[in-house]
Amino acid sequence: MVRVSEGNGAGAGNGSHPDEEGLRDDNMRGSAPAHGRDVVARSSAEVVGTSLIERTGVEEALEPEQELMTINLGPHHPATHGVLRLLVSLQGETVIDLKPIMGYVHTGIEKSCEDQSYWKAIPFVERMDYLSYFFNMQAFCGCVETLLELEIPPRAKYLRVIHMELNRLHSHLVWLGTSALDLGAMSMFFYCFRDRDRILDMFEMSTGQRMHTRYFQVGGVFEDIPVGFEKKLRAFTAEFPSRVDQFEALLTNNEIFLQRTKGIGIVPRERLKALGVTGPLLRAAGEPWDLRKVDPYLAYADFDFDIPIGTVGDGWDRFRCRIQEMRESVRIIDQALAGLPEGPVIADDRKIVLPPRHELGTSMEALIHHFKLVTEGFRVPPGEAYYPIESPRGELGCFVLADGSAKPARVHFRDPSFVNLQCLRDMCLGGYIADMIQNLAMLDPVLGGIDR
Amino acid sequence: MPDATGLELIRAELNDAHPDAVIDTYHRHGQACLIVDAEQIREILGWLRDTPGQEYTFLASVHGVDYLPAEPRFGVHYELLNMARVERVRVRAELSDPGEDALPEMPTVSDEWPTADHQEREVYDFFGIVFRDHPDLRRILMPEDYVGWPQRRDFPIGGEPVIFTNTERDVPGWYA
Repeated sequence: MVRVSEGNGAGAGNGSHPDEEGLRDDNMRGSAPAHGRDVVARSSAEVVGTSLIERTGVEEALEPEQELMTINLGPHHPATHGVLRLLVSLQGETVIDLKPIMGYVHTGIEKSCEDQSYWKAIPFVERMDYLSYFFNMQAFCGCVETLLELEIPPRAKYLRVIHMELNRLHSHLVWLGTSALDLGAMSMFFYCFRDRDRILDMFEMSTGQRMHTRYFQVGGVFEDIPVGFEKKLRAFTAEFPSRVDQFEALLTNNEIFLQRTKGIGIVPRERLKALGVTGPLLRAAGEPWDLRKVDPYLAYADFDFDIPIGTVGDGWDRFRCRIQEMRESVRIIDQALAGLPEGPVIADDRKIVLPPRHELGTSMEALIHHFKLVTEGFRVPPGEAYYPIESPRGELGCFVLADGSAKPARVHFRDPSFVNLQCLRDMCLGGYIADMIQNLAMLDPVLGGIDR
Repeated sequence: MPDATGLELIRAELNDAHPDAVIDTYHRHGQACLIVDAEQIREILGWLRDTPGQEYTFLASVHGVDYLPAEPRFGVHYELLNMARVERVRVRAELSDPGEDALPEMPTVSDEWPTADHQEREVYDFFGIVFRDHPDLRRILMPEDYVGWPQRRDFPIGGEPVIFTNTERDVPGWYA
């Protein structure tokens, strides 16, 4: 049980709450309240272990000025970027201990996928991390393609890269807007969402949906980009770097922003690696680790781009890394558009890929394949594979266990937000509670991905 | 990825250092996997991390798998990564189902690989695999008072009743 010790009211004046009697905790694990102070259970969350949260107000005779206060930040708080609850132990304004509590938007997607045929599981996995749906699709489709040992055509690879890099821009724009909003820069939110909307317009043009597009298929992509898409995308990539300049002009010389981010939330690089942190957080600490570069999947080996890295790994470096990543993404999109190969957009394997629509009227074979694929789905030979890609937040890995049927026996996503969240405690300990908001913003968690 | 020969070398050396540690290996789809004894998982991961020439220091992912109806039933996968050589190897710890209400057990690695902390909790939450000496082994994504191990293969999909206002009195344990 979480206990809040009521001392001389250091911080929040919650001493005389009328419901206090109702909240009193009977299950005190045998220890009396220290110095007869009132001990109140604020939450039903069970916290075990030897952290300070556990000990608050129970065992130690703390000096009044050392009084600890345990509060919940969230689950409904705009600065937690979703339904995340942070159990924070405060000494004055200093964060002494912190535990993230999650699971509020757990929807059992991994379990639901076990009841869907492979092609029907794609819309499920998209909805995990709702800001990087193309990446979720690529992780899943790539994993199934690994199991099938299916090679996808070059044009499909390029189209996937274009959409994933646009998705990275989209994700980083949402991050930039909401993070700046957390730090008090209101107008950034509107500028970022204006450009994000242009990206969504392009998704709508090429895939028919603004979000959760189900554009990637096992074997390639659903259909070719429409006429006019290329022109629109070129206009966007020509303009977007100047937009990034505008964002930077608003923030990089902003004294408030600098003071809130510089030197805050530093975690040593080795500690980050031990915690399994990947993505911009690790790169900001100076580790040039990007799966697009070190282990190029799809067509990333064809493109010339750089990996921005930071030096010390504070909030400022994390901000700079992501800003620079947006510029690199634009470079990749430009090169992919220029070098877009001609040819089919989906593999020509009738046992896995739906036949073209026009063949159904004339070919009995095509009709049979279409019927079997839609009703039952394709079968995947038994085996298991882990397929990691670089999502906007780090290593997004998909594990699929196939048992030979048309449905996956197990789908697991190693979501970068879920793993990265573990370093929040290291970032925040000993800092102010206002810095915790900044740290969480620069961590960029997406709760849909954490809870799945 | 170590190639098939490299994988067999790892197996031989690991079995020399820790007898009966590696039960089996496979190399498929360009991915290498060591199937190991769950009780020795700490020694195995430590050996793969500290031995010169191996240095799989980065633990990318920990996840559970239910292989029902195969025996041993459960697998806990550790996806290891050597960042310098960009090589991955999967370590699969095998666990039998002790039957009845007893839960399968294995040692935790979360003290030496802090990234395993939340991920072992997730495996416990969904498969009911107990990690001995884990500092804080609680459910992480499911509600704390939840009964059952939802991602086991014998847990029914849709086993959770959908509660509407007209049916809530019929759902056991919901309407007091």
